[in-house]
Amino acid sequence: MTDEPKDVQGAADERAELGDSEIVEARQLAEEAVEETVLPDESALAGLTGTPGIAKPDPILVADGVSRAFGGLKAVDVGHLEVQRGTITSLIGPNGAGKTTLFNVLTGFDRADSGTWSFDGRPAAGLAAHKMARRGMVRTFQLTKALTRLTVLENMKLAAVGQRGENFFNALVPPLWRPQEGGLEKRALELLDRFKLAHMRDSFAGELSGGQRKLLEMARALMVGPSMVMLDEPMAGVNPALTQSLLGHVRALRDEGMTVLFVEHDMDVVMGISDWVVCMAQGQVIAEGPPEQIRSNRTVIDAYLGTRYDEPGAKE
Amino acid sequence: MDIIDILLSALRGAFAPEAAVYALAAIGLNVHFGYTGLLNFGQVGFMLVGAYGLAISVSTFGWPMWVGVLVGLLCAAVLALLLGLPTLRLRGDYLAIVTIAAAEIMRLVYRAEFANDVTGSVYGLQQFANPFFELNPIPTGSYGVGRFSYSERDLWVMLLGWTLVAVVALMVYLLVHSPWGRVLKGIREDEDAVRALGKNVFGFKIQSLLIGGVIGGLAGVMFAIGFQSVQPDTFNPEITFFLWTVLLMGGAGRVLGPIVGAWMFWFLLVLMDTSLRQALSAGYISDSILSPSDIGPLRFAVVGLLLMLIMIYRPQGVLGSRREMLLRDR
Repeated sequence: MTDEPKDVQGAADERAELGDSEIVEARQLAEEAVEETVLPDESALAGLTGTPGIAKPDPILVADGVSRAFGGLKAVDVGHLEVQRGTITSLIGPNGAGKTTLFNVLTGFDRADSGTWSFDGRPAAGLAAHKMARRGMVRTFQLTKALTRLTVLENMKLAAVGQRGENFFNALVPPLWRPQEGGLEKRALELLDRFKLAHMRDSFAGELSGGQRKLLEMARALMVGPSMVMLDEPMAGVNPALTQSLLGHVRALRDEGMTVLFVEHDMDVVMGISDWVVCMAQGQVIAEGPPEQIRSNRTVIDAYLGTRYDEPGAKE
Repeated sequence: MDIIDILLSALRGAFAPEAAVYALAAIGLNVHFGYTGLLNFGQVGFMLVGAYGLAISVSTFGWPMWVGVLVGLLCAAVLALLLGLPTLRLRGDYLAIVTIAAAEIMRLVYRAEFANDVTGSVYGLQQFANPFFELNPIPTGSYGVGRFSYSERDLWVMLLGWTLVAVVALMVYLLVHSPWGRVLKGIREDEDAVRALGKNVFGFKIQSLLIGGVIGGLAGVMFAIGFQSVQPDTFNPEITFFLWTVLLMGGAGRVLGPIVGAWMFWFLLVLMDTSLRQALSAGYISDSILSPSDIGPLRFAVVGLLLMLIMIYRPQGVLGSRREMLLRDR
C-alpha cells in the first residue's frame, strides 16, 4: 500500500468518499420521506419500544406460536406478533429468514405445524386461502401472477367478490348476472385509472411490461375490497421511478384505512415508508420497532449485513 | 382414381354420426383443458360409462331408454367426482395420471368375465335403442349426392347428434362468457392467483371436471344410440388421443374449436382411407409396398403427421388466436 503512488491512493479515497456521501444522501432522502409520512396512527404506535412480540393498541392480526418446518429446517418459529390496524408494517430480514413462509402460512397458502392466529378479531388459523381473502386479507406474490390470457379488464372483474354469475346455474342465464357487470366495470376502470392502466384495459395481461403487471396485481387485489393487503416484495426488480409510484400507491392504501404488511429488501424503501418494521432471521422475529429504532438496532444490523470484523464492538 | 368420389366420401365422413360423437366428447375436453387447464387423458372413460349406463339399464335391467340415458349421464358425473375429489387439490399432472389409468381400468372391468351377466363382457350389449329408431320419421331411402349420401337411419342419428352438439356448444358459449367462465380461465392461467382473490379454486375445478365429464358421457350415450351396440374394446385409450387431436386441430379454448376439429379429423381420415384404397386398386401403389390391410394403420400415421405439422406451423389450431398463443411462453 505504501509503495503506491500517492495520487492513486488519493483517487481511491475520493471514490470511497463519494460512495459514503451517496449513502448519506440516500439516508437523508429516506429520513425526509419518513418526515413526510403522516401517520394516522402515529400516536397509537408512538412510545412503543422495539421488543419483539410487543402488544399493539389495536392489532388487526395477532399471531401466537406459529411454526412451520420443512424437514429438519424450522422455516418459521414466531412467538408472538401483532400488526397494528391502519399502518404500514414491513417485514424485513435476510434471505431464508422465513418471511415468505410466514406470509404463506398466514394467508392460508401453506399450513402451520403449530400456532394460532386471528384476523380482525376472529380466529383464522388453518383457514383455506380463498376464505382468508374473502375475510379481507388479500395477498400478492413475489413473482407477479398476471392472468396472461385474460385481458386487463377481465383480470380486474374476476377479482370482485359476490358475483352472482359465478354460480354455475346463474351463469347459464345472462340476465341474472349481466346487470352486475356494469358496476364491476365502473369500479375496475376507476382503479385502472388510478394505477394508470386504463389505456391497456383491452390488452391481454400477458402483453403488459413487468412493471405494469405489478401495478395490475395491486389494483386487482383492491378489487376484492380488502381490509389488509399483504405484499410480497412488491418492489423486486422494479425500476426506481416505478418504485416511487408503487410507494405512493402503498401509502394511499394506508390513507384509505387499509393495513399493509409487506416484505421488502430495499432498506431505503422500508425506512421511508414504514410505520413499523419487523425483522426476522432464521424464522424468528428478532426485533421490531419504528424505523428509526430498527435502523440503529445492533441485532438487525448483524443479522442483515453480517458483522464486520473492523467495526467497533464487533464479536471476533 | 376418382377425385370427386374421394372428396364426396371424405365429406360424408366429416358429418357422419361418429364425427358428432367426437365433436361432443371434444367439447367436454375443451371445458377441461381449453378453459380450465385440466389435463384429462381419460375422456374415453367418460364415454364408456355413459354408453354402458344406457346399454346396461335397457338390456340388462329392462328399464326404459330415457332412464338409461339419465343413468349414463349420472355414471359420468360419479366418475368425475371419483377422479376429481382426491386429485384436484394436487398438482395438475396427478389428474392426468389418474384419468388415463381409470379409463383403462374401466374398460378392463367392463370386459371382464365376472361382469358377463351385466356388461356382456367382450361381446358387449346390443339393441337397446329401438324406441329411438321407431320414432324415425324419415322415409326409408338414401339421401345425398353420390358417395355423399346417408341412409334414413344415419340421418336420424345425425339429426340428434348434431342437435346435441349445437345445444351443448351454446351452453358452453354461455358458460365461458359468464363470470363463472372467467374464473375457470383464471384458474387455467394461474390457480394460486385466483385463490388469492377469494375464489374456491377446488370447487370450480370440480365443477369443470363434472361438466366436461358429463358432456363426454353424453357423447358415449350418443355413440351407443347411433350404433345400437357397445363393446368394451371400442373404448380404447387411443380414442382419448384422437379427441385431443380433434381439440388441438380445431383450437383449444374456442367454443367452435372442437366442432371444426371433428369435421377436419374425420374428413382427413376418410380422405386418406379412400384415396389409399383407390390408389391401391388402380395400381398406383404396388401391392408389394402396401397391402390393403395396412391402410387402416397408415391413415392414422398420416393424420398423426398432419397433427405434428399443425403443432409446428399453427400451434393455436385452426380457430385459435396466434396473439394469445404467443403469450403463453412469456
